[in-house]
Amino acid sequence: MADVNTGGDGGGGKHSKKRAKKTSTHIDMTPMVDLAFLLLTFFVLTSTFSKPTTMEITMPVDEGEKKKVFHALTILLMEDDEIYYYYGELKEDGSTQVNKTNFDPDKGIRKILIEKNRNAIDEIRKLKKDLIAKYAKSVSQDSLNRLVNKEVLSVHRRPDDQDPTLTVIIKADPKCKYGNVVEMIDEMSVAEIGKYALVDISPAEKEIVETIKSGGNNP
Amino acid sequence: MPKIKMPKSSPSLDMTPMVDLAFLLVTFFMLTAQFRGEEPVIVDIPASQKEIPIPDRDIMTITIDSADRVFFNIDNKAVRANLLKKMGEKYNVSFTEEQTKTFSLMNSFGVPMNNLAEFISANEGGREKMNKQTKGIPVDSANAATNQLRDWIIFGRLASAEFHRDKGEANVSKLRFAIKGDARANYEIINAILKTFQRTDINVNQFNLLTDLEGKVTAE
Repeated sequence: MADVNTGGDGGGGKHSKKRAKKTSTHIDMTPMVDLAFLLLTFFVLTSTFSKPTTMEITMPVDEGEKKKVFHALTILLMEDDEIYYYYGELKEDGSTQVNKTNFDPDKGIRKILIEKNRNAIDEIRKLKKDLIAKYAKSVSQDSLNRLVNKEVLSVHRRPDDQDPTLTVIIKADPKCKYGNVVEMIDEMSVAEIGKYALVDISPAEKEIVETIKSGGNNP
Repeated sequence: MPKIKMPKSSPSLDMTPMVDLAFLLVTFFMLTAQFRGEEPVIVDIPASQKEIPIPDRDIMTITIDSADRVFFNIDNKAVRANLLKKMGEKYNVSFTEEQTKTFSLMNSFGVPMNNLAEFISANEGGREKMNKQTKGIPVDSANAATNQLRDWIIFGRLASAEFHRDKGEANVSKLRFAIKGDARANYEIINAILKTFQRTDINVNQFNLLTDLEGKVTAE
């Protein structure tokens, strides 16, 4: 296979003469090239460029006492990609307005979250613009990013007693899909929601959703 | 008779530049390639816009496939060997030297303790078959006695801490916890795993959910 072509064909008749033998320096590279491309193909096909990314979440710890949240939206993730949501507290007399929506990027839950969190989104956008205008020329891109992130975080984490930003409580039904939960957490970053928690769904909420599903009007 | 000289045009090309390029590419792909052991199941992880890459070291990965089966993985050979020893003591299963070595080089697994020795000793085909048949590691968030994932987590964390302590490092609790769930898995099993982590005897409340990067969207 890997024989070396010494160029013997070229000067066939002149072998008898006494002359410095002209050996060609050409090597048949075909097998080597074959092998190189074989390896190339192998590595191209086996290499994975997209490393998985990570979504960091911190689960709330049950500390016994219930904390009161002022500006809260509760999202119920149900079976078959359905989303129900209500604003504020779930009143025991059933007067809470529970609405249904979906994951549609234009008309679904994203729009509702953005509407509810309008103030914070505008504030963050203005903050980013101001910071970039003020520091873009004097500091490096890296430290500017750090600065922006820090300021954005302070808006996200602002305590409830001073101009509260929206808090979202995500309650996932055991029958809903894990992908939906991840998608919902991802929506939080789209709508600039800094405070959100993943909590178990309560029987009362399940009941309300069942009533709506069975065609009954929202009580 | 006059000889008719046919112009001898050589059919050979100068392949040197092509070969140079081919080897350059081969070298590039060889150096950038990351070899991972074969995963027991194919998991279709959900997409998100998060851009933080997952760390390679000191990570415990719980994989959940679309059929809600749970698989466990932890990196580092030494930690795995130590973990198997601890689990063997707890469940009264003794593993041979050979089995421990095989286990330390393995990847994710999803068999209950009573099948683990058989799983380790099986050949590749046997393991594949067992991976198809297994129901995953038993997770029962209500009952600690039948929750084997709880023990894997507790001893996995312990083994990792011992590894770092033996190396003389000040911070021994470096282990992080990743959840690699299939987007089609039911939330029930994910919740059971999260609840297991949040048990008072484990008390882990921070998780890394593995996702695939998708296009960035911002609210206007």
